Formats: sequence, structure tokens, C-alpha cells
Amino acid sequence: MEYMLLIHADPAGFAALSEADAAAAMAAYTAYTEALVKAGINRGSNRLQPADMSTTVRVRGGKTEVLDGPFIETREQLGGYFLIDVPDLDAALSWAARCPGASHGSVEVRPIWDMSGQ
Amino acid sequence: MTPATAAEQAARRSYGRLVAYLSARSRDVAGAQDALADAFEAALTRWPRDGIPANPDAWLLTVARRKTLDALRERRRGEEAAAWLEWLAALETAPEAHALPDRRLELMFACAHPAIDAAARAPLMLQAVLGFDAATIAAAFLVAPATMSQRLVRAKAKIRQAGIGLQVPARSELAERLGAVLSAIYAVYADAWTDAAGTDPRRRNLAEEAIWLARLVASLLPQEPEALGLLAQMLYSHARRAARRDADGVYVPLTEQDPALWEGRLIAEAEGLLHLASSHHRIGRYQLEAALQSAHVHGRRSGSVDWQAVENLYAALCELTGSPVAALNHAVALSRTAGAEAGLARLDALAAHAQLDDYQPYWAARAELLGQCGCLVEAGTACERAISLESDEAVRAFLRRRAAAWGPQ
Repeated sequence: MEYMLLIHADPAGFAALSEADAAAAMAAYTAYTEALVKAGINRGSNRLQPADMSTTVRVRGGKTEVLDGPFIETREQLGGYFLIDVPDLDAALSWAARCPGASHGSVEVRPIWDMSGQ
Repeated sequence: MTPATAAEQAARRSYGRLVAYLSARSRDVAGAQDALADAFEAALTRWPRDGIPANPDAWLLTVARRKTLDALRERRRGEEAAAWLEWLAALETAPEAHALPDRRLELMFACAHPAIDAAARAPLMLQAVLGFDAATIAAAFLVAPATMSQRLVRAKAKIRQAGIGLQVPARSELAERLGAVLSAIYAVYADAWTDAAGTDPRRRNLAEEAIWLARLVASLLPQEPEALGLLAQMLYSHARRAARRDADGVYVPLTEQDPALWEGRLIAEAEGLLHLASSHHRIGRYQLEAALQSAHVHGRRSGSVDWQAVENLYAALCELTGSPVAALNHAVALSRTAGAEAGLARLDALAAHAQLDDYQPYWAARAELLGQCGCLVEAGTACERAISLESDEAVRAFLRRRAAAWGPQ
């Protein structure tokens, strides 16, 4: 099954890190990504620009509304994701727990909607 | 046990085995239940009347196949038909003649998975493993039937869509995850116990089913001392059920119960389990609680309770669980080893717990210790508070008798 590991974290926390600590944090993510690739379960991952860089689009009554910023403003925001393919939720949860984001923020584990049969 | 009860239990055992087997790979508990629903209903009607078939699993499978074929012939089209065809294939290939692999432990771990809403775990176990309907479960947990149905549907959808595996967790996680399974089983039992008068046969039935679930887990994981401890604890408690009320239905506290009314066979089994559990040298909540029951049983039988042992056990339980209820019991035990003032001082230290403010036994214990210290007016007030929090009339009557003892003299 495919699962999206969504990393929610406070970007202010990362911004406040010293240069050395920030480098160590990046290295942790690099190591984690390598572990996923080595396990053969990595289906894609990305770090996202901060939420104030985002633009929200919605269509209401045939009219397209474009709004500055994320849909919901919270201190913790979606900072990045990993898409993994593992046998079951327990495997996904154990990979999520190893993700550096789980230690400084939280990781939401969301199953991918399988559209193949539809 | 009457033949009708035995037949119903046989149907439930077989149903649970089949649901577990059928949903093991697909993780589709709801689908497995649907595929078996008509056959299970027929078993619940016919077995008590006609007797239990020689091979209950094969009987259910045969009827389920026929019903599934009927459903396909009748009206199923498109996607729905595809789903039924898949179930038919699963039913056709299921092994028969006592060869069905038992996947119920795996199913129980899925029901009590941390990703499942905690309030849904015990109900889900009752439904998936024992085939109780949502209305019966709702009545036992004092929840509206529609709310309970919704909770169960959501939990089953979560198992399937989030990909919760039907498997026994890895050794590194086993202890913690087993804790969730045991606590769900204990919730079934404790909930059935709240109807101590036994006026609701549905609940009395649930207490026995909870014991059966605990037996199943203990037999499948005999190396896990907490599984043995939970079963022991429930057996001690169940052994005393006939002694908890006198002939007039009045509540009888443990210290005044007649041991002749206890079921000796169950107590002996519990003692054996506790002994076996302790040989693993891995202490836990359920073993401590069972040991407490053991101490009280011995105390009542010999005429003198080893209060020092009881106090030590409660102290260990407080340490382990941090539960205010354990602390309350520790205070009462302390009053026996170090005097009522010491017990009362410990109770005073607990007064800040909001959880205890509405807890009947806290006020009853307070009243008892205040009474022993000679603070009769305060004791009476505390006892009134306890009575106002209790809904069981038999217990209220018992508390009223205590209140009268401390009343204006």
C-alpha cells in the first residue's frame, strides 16, 4: 500500500537553528531518504516552500478565487512529504517514527486512495 | 449451561474463526461479516433448536456459500456482483473439517490497534470476534445504537482503508500492543460488571464472553504474564459473583462475603494462573490486581487479611499506573497498617484529583475513615455524597446503613 508521510512542523523552529544544527537537521533528512531508497519503498519526496509562499485556489459559483496563503493558518504547517510503498500501516508507522520530522514536528500518515479499480 | 446457550456460543466461536480467517488477507472485516451474516443468523436460530452440527465451521461455510450464490443470482450487478464473487471464491477455498487456521488473535490485535479510536476497540472486538450486534453492544456500553453503529462502521473502514494488518505485532511492540488488547477485553468485563445485580442477561452474557476472550489470548500467548494476569483477575472476580448479593439483593462487600458461596474451581484456576504468571518475573498491572484479589480471598478464608501485603501491592500499582483509583485503595490499605489518620492524610492528598470528586468509592472510603477518626458529622456528609453518586440501589442501601451508624447519636 502507498502512504503519504506528511511532515507538519513549525518553520520558525528550523529558522532559529544555528548553522551547524541546521546542517545536522538536513543531514538527518538526507540519511532518512537514503534509508527509504535502500529499502526500495521510496516513491517520491519533496521539501515544500513555507506556507506563506502558497496560494490557494477555489472555484465558487463558476468564479475562480485566488487567495494569498494557505487554506488554514496554523503554527505548524505542511513542510514536506515522503510517498512510500509498504505492506501495511504498521510498516508505514514505523517509517514515520524514523522520519526526522517526527522528532521536531509531527508526521501524518495518510493512505493513498487506490484509484486503480475505479 | 443450557443447550441453547451452548449452541449460541458454538455459533459465536465459529463465526469469529471465520470472520478472522476471511478478513485476514483482505482486511475487509465488514465484507467478511456481510458474507457470513445470513449463515450466522441461521445458526443462531437453528443450532439451539436442532443441536450443534458436528463441524460448525463447515456448516457455516456451506450455508454462507449458498446464501452468497443466492445473492448473486437474485439481483447483484456490476461492482456489487464483483465483490460477492470475490467473497464466494474466498468461501469456496476456505479449508474445512477443523483445518481452519485460527486468526482470531490477529483480528483482536487489529481491533485494538492504536490507530483505532479507543472507544471503538472493545465494541469492535465484540462484533468481529463474537458476532454481537450493534444494538446489544450499544446497550452494554450505554451508547445510543446509531452512535455505536457509526463507530463500528468507521473502525472497520479504518482497518481496511488505512491498511491495518491482521497480525501479531513484532516482539518489540508486543507488550504495548497487547496492553491495548487486554484493556479492551477488560472493558467488556468491567462494563458487564456494572450490572452486578445481573438483572440484564445481555450483560451477564458479556462477562462470560470477556472471560472467554481472555482465555483465548492467554492460551495463544502463554508466555505473556499480563495475559495470564488479566484472566486470573477476571476469574477471581467472577468466582465471587454469587456472594456479592444476599438473599434480599442487598450488596455484600468482600470483607463480609461468605466464602462458601464462591466458586472454588475458578479461584483455584486463578491461583494457578497467577503463580504461572509470576514465574516470568515481569510484573504488570493485571498481575498486581490479581494478586490483590488473591490476598483478599485468602484473608476472607483464613479470617485475617495480610494488610501489609495488600498495602505493598497497592503501592506498586500506584507506582506503575499513576491511577488515582489505585491511590485511593492504597489509602484504605494504609489505614489498616498505619491507622485511620494515616489513611485519611493520604486521601486528603488525593482530594485535588477531579476524577475522584465524582467517584462514589472515594467518598465512601472517606466516610469510613472519618468515622473511624471520630469525625462523625463529616463522615455523615461524605456518606451522603457517596449515596448521591451511586445509581445501584443495592449499594445505596448499603451506604445508607453505614450513614445511619455515623448519624446523630
